[in-house]
Amino acid sequence: MKKLFAVLMASLGIALAQGASAQQKVIKIGAVYPLSGALASTGGELKQAIELAEDIINNPHPELKGIPLAAGAGLPKLGGAKIQVVFSDSQGKPGIGQAEAERLIDQEHVVALTGAYQSDVTKTASRIAEQRGIPYLNGESSSPDLTQRGYKWFFRTTPNDETFIHNMMEFLDGLKNQPTKKIAVVYENTDFGVNTYKAVQKFAKQSGREIVANIAYSAGSPSLNSETQKLAAAKPDVAIFASYTSDAMLFVRTMRQMNYAPPIFLANDAGFIDSRFISEVGPQVQGVLTRDVWSNDLYTVKPIIKQVNDMFKAKTGKDLNGNSARSLQGVLVLADAINRAGSTNPEAIRKALADTNLSADQIIMPWAGVKFDSNGQNLKGQGLILQLEGKQYQTVWPANYKKKQNLPILPFTWKK
Amino acid sequence: MFEALATGLFNGLIYAAIAVGLALIWGITDVINFAHGDFLMLGMYAAYWMFTLGHVDPTLSAPIAACLLAFVGFLSYAVIIRPLQRGSPMIVILATFGLGLVLRQLAFIAFSPDYRNLPDTWLSGAVNLAGVSLGRPQVATGLVALVVTGLLFLLVYRTRWGHALQAVAEDRQAASFVGIAADRINAQVWMLGSAAVGLAGALLTSFFYVFPSVGSVFGLLAFVAVAMGGFGSLPGAFISGILIGVVESMTGYLVEPAYKMVSIFVIFLLVLWYRPRGLFGRW
Repeated sequence: MKKLFAVLMASLGIALAQGASAQQKVIKIGAVYPLSGALASTGGELKQAIELAEDIINNPHPELKGIPLAAGAGLPKLGGAKIQVVFSDSQGKPGIGQAEAERLIDQEHVVALTGAYQSDVTKTASRIAEQRGIPYLNGESSSPDLTQRGYKWFFRTTPNDETFIHNMMEFLDGLKNQPTKKIAVVYENTDFGVNTYKAVQKFAKQSGREIVANIAYSAGSPSLNSETQKLAAAKPDVAIFASYTSDAMLFVRTMRQMNYAPPIFLANDAGFIDSRFISEVGPQVQGVLTRDVWSNDLYTVKPIIKQVNDMFKAKTGKDLNGNSARSLQGVLVLADAINRAGSTNPEAIRKALADTNLSADQIIMPWAGVKFDSNGQNLKGQGLILQLEGKQYQTVWPANYKKKQNLPILPFTWKK
Repeated sequence: MFEALATGLFNGLIYAAIAVGLALIWGITDVINFAHGDFLMLGMYAAYWMFTLGHVDPTLSAPIAACLLAFVGFLSYAVIIRPLQRGSPMIVILATFGLGLVLRQLAFIAFSPDYRNLPDTWLSGAVNLAGVSLGRPQVATGLVALVVTGLLFLLVYRTRWGHALQAVAEDRQAASFVGIAADRINAQVWMLGSAAVGLAGALLTSFFYVFPSVGSVFGLLAFVAVAMGGFGSLPGAFISGILIGVVESMTGYLVEPAYKMVSIFVIFLLVLWYRPRGLFGRW
């Protein structure tokens, strides 16, 4: 009797312990983002998007059809364990991003890392992950050389700048009533800007176009007058901009003041799609084009986008944009890999990431899917070209995502 | 070419407008105000909110912003600077640095890190000066800078009160022996210098974006202008500000926009190399 009682107690104890462990098991993912400093407004938005991804994974959302892990609660192959994203602030600085990545691995014991929006911060943070053998999934940095380092632990879901610029040229090829031969590139002298320029150089040549102005500037300059004068003097058919929010705003103000309007005003994403940019100078810069990875008029093509966007709007009052949607998608892909790995062992997660093969129906991005090449680059991503109309960017390329047939309206002019 | 020169000149006047307040405080009270850039930020936010909430154009709100900053300057002096002045000068300098940090973080909390832009103001648009198209806000700000500097110059060098200022700057103790209230003079100088930067900040909003760290964009250039002009020399800071603007613009036009900052600092180093006390030395 005593024995039986002991066995009963023991098994009860085991059952309790198991229950408790499944209940309390939390899988930590580290996320490095610029939460203070000049890019804090973007960083904060990405943090909110990742918190939504966390909610989608941890709580049942059967309405999100086809998205892995959305239907149930937590990670089924890890006993329903929840994920917890631990955020840290890079302040927008590569050195601090690197230190934060170290802290997350050593002190927070995260099983994988994500972040860091800016390519140069992603570069330093992922170097640490590579050294420590911790998987790093980047959802939104587009500098091509991140996946040219021969890293084993680095994976990137977003298409990179090379793909994007190639998409831009394809879009220009399709414009029949506008000259698109002479291109000017205006870019901040950072990784992001310089890589944009290099890619334009490469693909412009391939598509038989010439670069008539190469204008590098320092981000956060007190004035952009000389840059704008130089641009106007070159008389390009197309002006391609790689700028973050504040400089994008200042360029708009400076060009408008000088009454110079490039016939095709084409931005490489970044600052031009920031919600602040649209709310602050949007009315003045109607008709600006941007390369993006996302657009809110995609609902018609992909209903899942509307569902996720509604959730984000309910939570934050903002629409998703190319940056926040990609960060969210990145964490979803990472969580799916951890689940398929069925363990928190870094090597198992890395293998599961490498084996990722998601179709277009299993993701919220307008891509063909997610499948990594040997460098960790997603092969199935592509960009979109959008035009600003009212308070929204509308898709104008590729044709299968285009909702408004009267767009694009060209050439670009300043609205009084 | 001519356009680049004119643009540089007016940009320079703006830098000068920001720098004169700093030069004044530095020259008279011997305190380097590291919160100067953040004072500029406060002036910008003051003008921004007056426009956003009350539709008051920056041209009108500039004097109000100046008064507001004068008050901030007075508080800073009375609460922070004065009690610390008995200690080493280093402590005072660090205190202003701390003040700047606090103001910036408070702005982050109060106004969020978002970039803000004013829509078109009265000053928006361009003017044609001798065939060169220039931004109206820059021209207006530049002219105000000219007037403000002129007034400060007259105040300091041509009035009785100015003589008292110079006496305090010269020798605080001796000045108090002849009946000049050094503390009051210092407080007045802090108010005046801060008001000048508040005015510049308000006008700046008509063509520059506002965000909590905006002071760092212009603050550094203001320090360079003051150091290059000669510590505490008003005309020095003014001329150096203009020089910085012109060098910046010409480098952008003739060399590469990316080298603008480099050339400013090269010139700065050259000046200090040949004239360690700055262009205008000490008054």
